[in-house]
Amino acid sequence: MKFVDEYRDPAAARRAVEEITAISAGEHRKFMEVCGGHTHTIYKHGIENVLPANIELVHGPGCPVCVIPMGRVDDAIALAEEPGVIFTSFGDMMRVPGSNGNLLEAKSRGADVRMVYSPLDALRIAMANPERQVVFFAIGFETTAPSTAVTLIKARAAGVTNFSVFSNHVTIVPPLKAILESPDLRLDGFIGPGHVSTVIGNRPYRFVPAQYGKPLVTSGFEPLDILQGIVMLLRQLRDGRCEVENQYTRAVRDEGNVRALEVLAEVFELRPHFEWRGLGFISHSGLKLSPAFADWDAELRYSVPGIRVADPKACQCGEVLKGVIKPWECKVFGTACTPETPIGTCMVSSEGACAAYYNYGRFTREAAAQARIPVRSA
Amino acid sequence: MCLGIPGQVVEILDLAEHRAVAEVDGVRREINIGLVMSEAEGGISVGEWVLIHVGFAMAKIDEEEAASTLSFIKDLGSIYDEEIDQFRESTPL
Repeated sequence: MKFVDEYRDPAAARRAVEEITAISAGEHRKFMEVCGGHTHTIYKHGIENVLPANIELVHGPGCPVCVIPMGRVDDAIALAEEPGVIFTSFGDMMRVPGSNGNLLEAKSRGADVRMVYSPLDALRIAMANPERQVVFFAIGFETTAPSTAVTLIKARAAGVTNFSVFSNHVTIVPPLKAILESPDLRLDGFIGPGHVSTVIGNRPYRFVPAQYGKPLVTSGFEPLDILQGIVMLLRQLRDGRCEVENQYTRAVRDEGNVRALEVLAEVFELRPHFEWRGLGFISHSGLKLSPAFADWDAELRYSVPGIRVADPKACQCGEVLKGVIKPWECKVFGTACTPETPIGTCMVSSEGACAAYYNYGRFTREAAAQARIPVRSA
Repeated sequence: MCLGIPGQVVEILDLAEHRAVAEVDGVRREINIGLVMSEAEGGISVGEWVLIHVGFAMAKIDEEEAASTLSFIKDLGSIYDEEIDQFRESTPL
């Protein structure tokens, strides 16, 4: 465990908090961590409780399950209920409620819904069942979209015609733009996502400083990574700089994964617009199959309802995803909406902010409040 | 899914088909290595560490980063349990 200790060294964390306190000099700064993984680290390690009160962290839209709107879940269920279809999905998506239940309930009504770990597993099911149609429910940011792309290239090469993809892939940059345009939220900078940046690199974020004058620091997932990311953001603000910086050089390179970006460009094209839960329709934010792969596009092979469905009234996932409210500020958090009986996506997905706060954050927050720990630098 | 899990490439099954076996915390599964084989970046060989998303190696990392990421993922409890269960059960070798 020698490797890990250096990222969790309490003395180093204390020094980082001291630097944050000194540089920010009491000025209120609001930073968004885009990625759900960062949200988990923040709650799990009680980072909010050790930061000075003038540093506020808000959670962003970087949870791929959370941003799928209800209408697309309804479309998925309609595809699953097509006669003869084997519908394949990642486990997380099977518990996301549509307007008439979730995929697990569709399965219990008789639909052939199967959980897969990888899109390649869905392709294997298609090859093993040539008399059946197999549809793969593709979701995710650029971390998973290249895998769907490679799977489609393989399906075409092998001439597998009983396989199709219901694409709900999205890209991370447009929602950042939408959040920056939103009047609801004034941010001072971003902690850039970790693993998605291993694929897209740091260059796509350059518009954040260039067009919106906000710094962005791509950070790793250890508590010290996040504290160092905050230090780097604050140093930029103090020095009057505004740029994309990389704290997570251990995994992220500026150019990203060039091969993964090539297969994305080959297989997908941008939709004119795509609906995000809570964020509404965002231009050029969703990926559909390019004309060369039209034969494998489930939306062309079947007619999906494609009806926009409003979120349940009580659910405030939209505000959580935009960083406008914290999970515990939602009216149904922890009462009507729990990981066992989720109403909203942020509680369904283990990568969601509400699940993170339900599982970890509330304990560290409550403990800090009870003990009134003077956790700030001594 | 969106968070990669770190694994070590322990066997190349078929380089032309991009098939390899990775070991994640003692559990082995076939993965696709087609996106981390770039010659410019030194290709991929047995013993190297990768971040795995939905059965595909998506980034090469070093052993130190693998240990740190595994510890982070394990810390997340249910995320890790679900991920490793799916990794284990999806395609028995």
